[in-house]
Amino acid sequence: MGKDGTADFFTTRLDVIVNWARKNSAWPLPYGTSCCGIEMMATLCSDYDMARFGAEAVRFSPRQADLLIVAGIITSKMAPVLRNVYDQMSEPKWVMSFGACASSGGIFNVYSVAQGIDTIIPVDIYVPGCPPAPEGVLNGLLRLQQMIDAGATRSQRMEKGLEVPR
Amino acid sequence: MDTDIRTPIPTVYGDQTKKFHDVWVSQVELLKQKFGNAIEEVRMPVEYPTDVPIVYVAKDSIVAVLSALRNDPSFGYNFLADLSCTDETPNEKRFEMVYQLFSHSRFNRIRVKVRVREGEKVPTVIPVWISANWAEREVYDMFGVEFLNHPDLRRILMDHRWEGHPLRKDYPLRGYQVFPSPEPIDLDVLERQ
Repeated sequence: MGKDGTADFFTTRLDVIVNWARKNSAWPLPYGTSCCGIEMMATLCSDYDMARFGAEAVRFSPRQADLLIVAGIITSKMAPVLRNVYDQMSEPKWVMSFGACASSGGIFNVYSVAQGIDTIIPVDIYVPGCPPAPEGVLNGLLRLQQMIDAGATRSQRMEKGLEVPR
Repeated sequence: MDTDIRTPIPTVYGDQTKKFHDVWVSQVELLKQKFGNAIEEVRMPVEYPTDVPIVYVAKDSIVAVLSALRNDPSFGYNFLADLSCTDETPNEKRFEMVYQLFSHSRFNRIRVKVRVREGEKVPTVIPVWISANWAEREVYDMFGVEFLNHPDLRRILMDHRWEGHPLRKDYPLRGYQVFPSPEPIDLDVLERQ
């Protein structure tokens, strides 16, 4: 309390401040398997700079990452590996499906390619494009931050015991 | 422009069909002398739209023919450039094994083919070229052609739980098989290595 009676603190709910912290520190795990991975690197680098939104600490260990960015084609042989990586990430975790191949198989409508990573792992946000422009990726990240703020992502709903869309 | 699509495409080494025509004719004659009826059919360039001669060999004498092509200095095809297969479904002998050979001394190529019925086993050519091992595994994986005396005939590209052989003509066009759980570890394979 100041001498003139103004308050130096304010009250809030704990989950609001936790969500605020979570949305501004989404550490990504880059799962770049093809050309989308290059675009993801461009988004992480200085021109577009994902660090502005708190996603600068790229972690190559699933144990330290919050946001799994699947950038590129996932073949049926890669699918169990992706599932393994997802299972090793600690809750709460978010998944961004980056580009046409990860979202739907893209142009690769063949026996050897998983037709979208949502056949393997749950996805929170899809970024369309082949590959998506960095602005689109940042827009996807901002939308994900809004979802985290509202507690609407799959992980957060599971945490609260709410119904999870499949 | 009106070009015949059957004219052979010139390679970076020039028109191979003219350059090696006489060599190939004499080599094919020699093969026919040596193996007689085992040489089923020969298709030479210019008459047939191909860039190298295609020699069809009976299934059981493929190892003998290939080792002669490799070891006999009058042939000298010392390098197995590729080993693959095609599915010629309406034919009674459904599969055609393709052996692409290359000679480092003459710098020319030749193509040997074997017609195989479904379910028949092809003798492995690992005794001639050890590099045929993985190529034959790939053929087994993609077409289901099995090889006699192959030491390690497992799938090489697809998941081991995969059903069917994806490059066969009767495999469904969108026959996706996605396995979310990791491939089970084959303890026998670990012990062998």
